[in-house]
Amino acid sequence: MATSPPTTSATPDAAPAPRPGGGHGAEDRRPAGGRFTYAPAPEATDHLRLRDRYELFIDGQFRPPAAGEHRLSINPATEEPLAEVAEAGPEDVERAVAAAARAFRSWSRLPGGRRGRYLFRLARLIQERQRELAVVESLDGGKPIRESRDVDIPLVAQHFFYHAGWADKLDHAFPGAPWRPLGVCGQVIPWNFPLMMLAWKIAPALATGNTVVLKPAETTPLTALLFAELCQQAGLPDGVVNVVTGGGPVGAQLVRAPGVAKVAFTGSTAVGKEIQRALAGSGKRLSLELGGKAAHVVFDDAPMDQAVEGVINGIYFNQGHVCCAGSRLLLQESMAEPFLRRLTRRMARLRVGDPLDKNTDVGAINSREQLGRITELVASGVAQGARLYQPPCELPSRGFWFPPSLFTDVAPSHRIAREEIFGPVLAVLTFRTPAEAVERANNTRYGLSAGVWTQSGARILWMSQRMRAGVVWANTYNQFDAAAPFGGFRESGFGREGGVQGLAAYVERG
Amino acid sequence: MSAATARRPLPAEALLGVDQVGLEARAAMLASRSIKREAKLFALDLAIRCTDLTSLEGADTPGRVATLCTKAMHPAPLDPTIPPVAAVCVYPALAAVARDHLRCSPVRVAAVATGFPGGQAPFEGRLAEARAAAAVADEIDMVIDRGAFLAGRYGQVADEIAAVKAAVGGRHLKVILETGELGGYDNVRRASWLAMAAGADFIKTSTGKIQPAATLPVAVVMMEAIRDFAWATGRIIGLKPAGGIRTARQAITYLVAVNEVLGDDWLTPERFRLGASSLLNDVLMQIAKEHSGGYQSPDDFSDA
Repeated sequence: MATSPPTTSATPDAAPAPRPGGGHGAEDRRPAGGRFTYAPAPEATDHLRLRDRYELFIDGQFRPPAAGEHRLSINPATEEPLAEVAEAGPEDVERAVAAAARAFRSWSRLPGGRRGRYLFRLARLIQERQRELAVVESLDGGKPIRESRDVDIPLVAQHFFYHAGWADKLDHAFPGAPWRPLGVCGQVIPWNFPLMMLAWKIAPALATGNTVVLKPAETTPLTALLFAELCQQAGLPDGVVNVVTGGGPVGAQLVRAPGVAKVAFTGSTAVGKEIQRALAGSGKRLSLELGGKAAHVVFDDAPMDQAVEGVINGIYFNQGHVCCAGSRLLLQESMAEPFLRRLTRRMARLRVGDPLDKNTDVGAINSREQLGRITELVASGVAQGARLYQPPCELPSRGFWFPPSLFTDVAPSHRIAREEIFGPVLAVLTFRTPAEAVERANNTRYGLSAGVWTQSGARILWMSQRMRAGVVWANTYNQFDAAAPFGGFRESGFGREGGVQGLAAYVERG
Repeated sequence: MSAATARRPLPAEALLGVDQVGLEARAAMLASRSIKREAKLFALDLAIRCTDLTSLEGADTPGRVATLCTKAMHPAPLDPTIPPVAAVCVYPALAAVARDHLRCSPVRVAAVATGFPGGQAPFEGRLAEARAAAAVADEIDMVIDRGAFLAGRYGQVADEIAAVKAAVGGRHLKVILETGELGGYDNVRRASWLAMAAGADFIKTSTGKIQPAATLPVAVVMMEAIRDFAWATGRIIGLKPAGGIRTARQAITYLVAVNEVLGDDWLTPERFRLGASSLLNDVLMQIAKEHSGGYQSPDDFSDA
């Protein structure tokens, strides 16, 4: 199933190798050039022990759903089934919320140090089983093993370690006034970083004494269920963490459940708005981390090859299924041409294929539905007159795939420049002056993240003060840390995750 | 700079800086490529064909150089599939010995020159040394005057390279930047452009006498400069990382980087060399392991 990357060199200048002068025997040499095609290097899966069927995790036990329904979770790279996963109904959601409410009584009164011990235990268990978790994350979601192994799972463990450290120091996080946990947290997470989003939600909630009912995305429930097993292994008190799986209706029931005190949602702006409407007047606390259409601004003094790498990482990381993806590239016009030459050449070197191959750079699109959305938006870009570049690359015949794509001749009014595509598609625009860069960067409904590349420190500060985004990365992109608050404003949502600010979303003060 | 290149202004991106964090992250990503089975054998075979088997000790003797030449021609005498290396690299005084032993082989003779490794002898002496070496050797590995470079006398460094290039006639000129002394990636990029514009056929990282010698991030900067230079001028320049490359794994990593940064047109001894004194046996051992499934004793491979 692994596909070879385009092996043809993308060097337009491919000149014949010069014959060095003076030597004898040069004619004996083999002809110039060789084809260095990487052999498949699949990550081993023989250590995996996935069950055939996963039930709901409620009150410390795996229990079948009341209606007895299950749905298949498939591998998006092959469309082969991985496991059957329970489909929760209203009764099940109620039971889970009730279990979390019961557990809250004792969990919230536990000394912080004791809660911290559980979190440390979970963090260590995640580290111990990181290979297994990484493989399942790639199997279930389609992301390259290089990313799940080197980015996702290490960040998951870091998040639990970080919040374990806070658990007995919360009086220092919120000095000067008493604080209280909120109660049962209903948390709904997306499919792009399944376990990482779980960690971002569960770790701060537990550290501050809350209990949770988590609804993972319907296409990527498996690592959340493996995490439920870890909770059992860690001896976490029953009901502190509950996992209810299923489709959108399950999430809708969860956020509306009367016993829920706080809702945390990461996902699309449309669903976020719906949740906010549903919660209006309910007194429930809400934090939303929604879509984005981040501007990635590159000035003509930027370190060019590293900026190319940053742009690649910004949009093709995790197939572009990243809410903070740098999906709008703003290039200073004076260097747009040399930059695009390097960028398209680098794109041609991306290896698209088997997510479990250690050399894969771009994996499978998460679902058929998402592939359809990407395809539709790319078609609109072509129809509206933008110029599409896709490197030659052979895609597997089964599974959901989309090649790394780039649009030039993009007008700011094109749909591809305004709507979140959530796929490996980059829209390139140009600007002339820093003021124009800021204006274009802010010309969006979103405000989650932005990037700026320049060697001028002063300009970095100037830009970051003016770009309306929750995160501005300077001379780097997609850097995450448990200690750094992450979140957006405008239609990208509100509330922060990570850092002290993230803890504040899970306590009541005063 | 030579008249030919002085007429053409450098492209604006030639002098752009290098971001250390981003560069090192890219190099680490390249180093994490997993090269297995037939790809590994391809790379190991290529590594041998691209090796400049080197001995640059004050204690080198004609006998030692003779042994080196034998190893260069037949790295593994019992395995006919193992190719000879690209060149033997020695001091000028021993280049004639190497020439004699390599007379009937495809292995070329490379001599270091211009006051190797410091490059601090009077320029006339360095030039005379290069001229003398060129009378015997196929390839000349010259060092630049890092003192002049760090003092900002770029014109002097370029003029010296151009003068050496003229003095060695058609010989293949590799210019050693000694990146470990340049104090950062920005200077590596600058020195690369300077050497290429002044007439280098190859740019080479290090003498092997200074730590750090070749590193993957430095090599990546030089590859990017080579690519940019080819775009700007149409001239194809080669790359030679040298110093500290001792394992097959390291050699494969450099080949991966060349493959992904420059493209497979550069995967040839005409455009890529590895300067190494102790790399060869580890490569041979890895090849034997790929064929037999187990490691052999180091004593199964000749020392030199």
